[in-house]
Amino acid sequence: MAVISYREALRAAMREELKRDDKVVIMGEEVAQFNGAYKVTEGLLKEFGPKRIVDTPISEAGFIGLGIGASMLGIRPVMELMFWSFSYVAFDQIVNNAGNIRYMSGGLINCPIVIRGPANGGTNVGATHSHTPEAILASHPGIKVVCPATPYDAKGLMKAAIRDNDPVYVMENTILYNDKGEVPDEDYIVPLGVADVKRVGTDLTIVAHGRAVITSLKAAEILEKEHGVSVEVVDLRSIRPLDEETILASVRKTHRALLVEENKPFCGVDAQVAYLIQSKAFDELDAPIHRVSSIDAPQIYCKRMEDLQMPNVERVVAEALKVLA
Amino acid sequence: MAKPAVLTHPESLKRPAGPSEYAKNPVNASMSKADKIALYTKMARIRHFEQRCIRIYQQGKIGGFLHLYVGQEAVAAGTISLLGKHDHIITGYRDHGHGLMVGMGMNECMAELTGRVTGCSQGKGGSMHYFAPDKNYWGGHGIVGGQAPLGTGLAYAVKYMGLKGSCLVYMGDGAVNQGAVHEAYNLASLWDLPVIFVVENNGYSMGTSQERSTAHPGCLAKRAEGYNMAWDVINGHDVYEVRAKTAIALKRAHEESKPTVLEIFTYRYFGHSMADPDKTYRDKEEIKEYREKKDPVLAFEQELLSEKVLTPELSLKINEAAMAEADKAALFADESPDPTVADITKHIYWEEDNRGPKTTSRGTIIFE
Repeated sequence: MAVISYREALRAAMREELKRDDKVVIMGEEVAQFNGAYKVTEGLLKEFGPKRIVDTPISEAGFIGLGIGASMLGIRPVMELMFWSFSYVAFDQIVNNAGNIRYMSGGLINCPIVIRGPANGGTNVGATHSHTPEAILASHPGIKVVCPATPYDAKGLMKAAIRDNDPVYVMENTILYNDKGEVPDEDYIVPLGVADVKRVGTDLTIVAHGRAVITSLKAAEILEKEHGVSVEVVDLRSIRPLDEETILASVRKTHRALLVEENKPFCGVDAQVAYLIQSKAFDELDAPIHRVSSIDAPQIYCKRMEDLQMPNVERVVAEALKVLA
Repeated sequence: MAKPAVLTHPESLKRPAGPSEYAKNPVNASMSKADKIALYTKMARIRHFEQRCIRIYQQGKIGGFLHLYVGQEAVAAGTISLLGKHDHIITGYRDHGHGLMVGMGMNECMAELTGRVTGCSQGKGGSMHYFAPDKNYWGGHGIVGGQAPLGTGLAYAVKYMGLKGSCLVYMGDGAVNQGAVHEAYNLASLWDLPVIFVVENNGYSMGTSQERSTAHPGCLAKRAEGYNMAWDVINGHDVYEVRAKTAIALKRAHEESKPTVLEIFTYRYFGHSMADPDKTYRDKEEIKEYREKKDPVLAFEQELLSEKVLTPELSLKINEAAMAEADKAALFADESPDPTVADITKHIYWEEDNRGPKTTSRGTIIFE
């Protein structure tokens, strides 16, 4: 078991899959010579050469569409978006083409593409570069979305995504890139659609994904130490497919649920999770479900305010106490 | 401001009808009598299929949009007749002609239009979304220009796999103003991809004439120069000319792995779709003139009659057979069942349709 960073875990996943399958290509802006805008693909050009690691122009609709077309013919492209915020200029390709082609062809065509890159706020870059489109994209049948929170999950989910025969969109987080964690040396995958109980508890279930998992784990520590509350933290890992059973099993145990995500609240992932809990575990609940999301405004630039706009440990603790009241 | 020099659609009308100056071009001269009859037959089949669709649409059996290819037959016929094992095609929503040309059956095409489970996409795609990947036909795409990056990617895949092939990316004249098309042009040229962008210029992007939609340096194909790509213009009523000039682009793709933009002047006889009453933006005389002087199917028939490849009797037989085939397809579509409610949630995910020990997905993926 090696201790490596989230960034290194992603890179290791891609390196192993590049070695395993010669149809895998890495493509995106600055992924090759520049070694990646966030250095996730560092060293891959040197190891695999320019046929496998391909720099693209700043042309998301063009190169993402190109990757989708190539995947239809059996290439397995792993496309980097420098930010998921930039996916919006390629939305037609990402949704209409990748998401619909299998359906509209009656199952004749598959689209085994991975699109990956950071999707997070909290980096003091303003509204255009801080989007978290996992809920928007996961609302389209035909698309899969995963949001790893730890190095272990980042590697395992990335490898599963590359081997998956459907379009899988991997939402990373620039703030997590340097986080370290234990990652097995041997080959493994984290299957899509399997949540992970990151902390076991009995009094309250917190459901989170992405960096909100890390925030929630810190909040859980405080809740235990300062308030004597035992909190269970369920990391969704995968938004679509969604592991409904793990969420429900936890709620049936604790009878209270707090949902935490870095999205804005309206039509966020947790709106779906809240619906799930009330429809399948209503009688188990001892209190209304609460949510902590980003404050509902475009992402503010001012760093001090942005830290307050997003779910933070203080907000999660305060909201948890309301659910427990 | 001076009106820009525009090679609008009616310009192509100026080329006199009559025997094709490309009949002796090697790519045409090398065709056997049987090849020529087969090509004519395919064009006639597209014509009769589309005309049969009008009746079915008017009977209310075809929902949504129906964009007919009548008048444009020589474009799909000429280009696709040249293709080999590793040549692929992709197009926009006016996609029936291409489908029939690659060898899709009238039955599966007609049943798709009426939303039957026997349709090529099992009733899930409709008129704008025909697919036959086993015949290198990758659709059938509903969003103007959205197929251009996909086709460029197909060509990329062909090149990546070391195959001598290409992808022909068809679009209408309205698509040339879409960003996705320009991005595809740039990538195709930058990476030396074996793509042929075929602009089927029928003069109108829906109801907006080319003069009212597009700023350009004389013709749409010339925009290729901005991307350091070769280009050519073609009279689309002459299937021999389409073949002769497409063959050059195809050779460039196969032997140099370089892209080309071909602008093919053509014309549609019916509205943009059947929902277009076709009364506001063009003169009936314009349609009449093209039909009388430049009809691609009749022009090729005349050509083959004068070559003594075709006789009036044989031509009649071919056309009657195509009409009968379209009638049978209409009956097939009528008699075929709808997909079921359970079918609605199939074919969304490969992993869901094939769940087993080897699939990487668990959990709920189709929601209530």
